[in-house]
Amino acid sequence: MDFQTAVFFFLSAILIFAALRVITARNPVYAALHLMLAFFTTGGIWLMLQAEFLAIALIVVYVGAVMVLFLFVVMMLDINIDRIREGFWRYLPLGAVLGLLMVLEMGLVLGSKYFQVPLAEATVPAGVSNTREIGALLVTDYVLPFELAAVILLVGMIAAVVLTFRGVKKSKISNPNTQVFVKAKDRIRVLQMPVEKD
Amino acid sequence: MLTLSLSHFLILGAILFAIAVVGIFLNRKNLIVLLMAIELMLLAVNMNFVAFSHFLGDLSGQVFVFFILAVAAAEAAIGLAILIVLFRNLKSIHVDDLGSLKG
Repeated sequence: MDFQTAVFFFLSAILIFAALRVITARNPVYAALHLMLAFFTTGGIWLMLQAEFLAIALIVVYVGAVMVLFLFVVMMLDINIDRIREGFWRYLPLGAVLGLLMVLEMGLVLGSKYFQVPLAEATVPAGVSNTREIGALLVTDYVLPFELAAVILLVGMIAAVVLTFRGVKKSKISNPNTQVFVKAKDRIRVLQMPVEKD
Repeated sequence: MLTLSLSHFLILGAILFAIAVVGIFLNRKNLIVLLMAIELMLLAVNMNFVAFSHFLGDLSGQVFVFFILAVAAAEAAIGLAILIVLFRNLKSIHVDDLGSLKG
């Protein structure tokens, strides 16, 4: 087993452990943190596949932005963990059978000899920058989908703001103009009354 | 001698996807972890895209992953916003409490 294979299996083990912890963690904060670990490890595996730009983008966008968003939301919500966890393992047999079946089927298909292309046969020649190539593709062949992605992000941002916006906060303001022009007789009124004697 | 091949990466993606499916079965009452399981599924799909893109020598797959990342970020933002509004109205994110359509 050469070094590359060892690194792959090491990263895969961490990735699968993190994914299992995401779905079984009792506290959603731990689930979010393990999801961060999963994304980080995936970044490492993508580096092995010489997809440097996507590896960095995954770490910057996901670990840096999306997962922090998740963490904020998890910490803001007051979750009754005991109520959410009741009956947690009830569907495990069905889910496990389904999951194992999926892995088995996919493994039979993907483990066949047609997919046994060695990694060494597919190396990018030296001096080719992955980021430069993707950038060139994005602004030539994929320029319209690129713009569309920008529009989707804008729509997502506006939707998130509109959904959580609670309206303008009504504050008590004072108008300096009326304060300056107020006269004493507007505030106090002196009444003439006869003196009462008993 | 065990050499790294395309099928290793594809099977890793399949295992991740299956874990996410099992996660949806287990966490059917917890909306936050459901969203996280969906993110895991997207990650598994992206893994396949990147692996095929590398082994076919075609960068289109990586450009596609870029778009999936953009859409997934928007999806996560809107999903979490909906979750917050839900929590504000119901004081709970338990799936059983979401049965009524009353606003």
